[in-house]
Amino acid sequence: MATKTLAGKTFETDEQGYLKNTADWSEELAKSLAADIGITALTEGHWKVVKFMRERYLKNGDSPSIRTLGKDSGVTTKELYQLFPKGPAKLAAYVAGIPKPRGCI
Amino acid sequence: MENSIKKVSIIISKGSLEGIYPGLIMANGARMEGIEANLFFTFFGLDAIHKNKQHRIKVATVGNPGLHIPTWIGAIPGMSAFVTSRMKKSIESLDIPPIGEFLQLIHDSGAGLYACKATVDMFKMTKTDFVSPVDEIITVGEFYEKAQGGEIIFT
Repeated sequence: MATKTLAGKTFETDEQGYLKNTADWSEELAKSLAADIGITALTEGHWKVVKFMRERYLKNGDSPSIRTLGKDSGVTTKELYQLFPKGPAKLAAYVAGIPKPRGCI
Repeated sequence: MENSIKKVSIIISKGSLEGIYPGLIMANGARMEGIEANLFFTFFGLDAIHKNKQHRIKVATVGNPGLHIPTWIGAIPGMSAFVTSRMKKSIESLDIPPIGEFLQLIHDSGAGLYACKATVDMFKMTKTDFVSPVDEIITVGEFYEKAQGGEIIFT
């Protein structure tokens, strides 16, 4: 089992570093996870996407598609890619402490 | 991740539903992974970005062995429309957008969308025939310039 130590605590993760236990997540931890992928300061836009991803995952048991993200999160597709240039869905999921999205869309 | 793919340029050359979607899904999927992406539409692939033809794109029911129906059944009037409507429903159920919306999504994700000049000239089309996510009409040479440093995928 892979682990990750952030802010002095150790967490179980999958092979790609995504949190294994969604319940381990906190807003404080989100900041460390973001820093881990090069986002030094989470803006209001980042939080909006991260919280939307997390809420949808906890509700549906699945991460939303990029289509749903652009339509329902209140952040446009263009802004999503400005906030997370290396892939909005997978990076927001990482910061949100939920599994990496498995969909093709 | 030194050897990971950083850029893809995808050519869409066919005008059937099953000819267009794979390229769109691959381009969108590339952007979702943070990979730079270009889409180049040529020959009947241009139907995907043509204002008047985009809504009439169908699954080929004749000469399509993958459907496993006899050619003469595929040729029955309305068969292509029927199969297309069935397939569109399953596409929507997977949260894959219709072609027009998908092009906008891919464009907004930062990918470049281009029409092939040779085909545009051959079919006597102009930029105004195309939907707004299309960036420009370019030559083959310009396509290779844009594709520089990345992978090229022909569909």
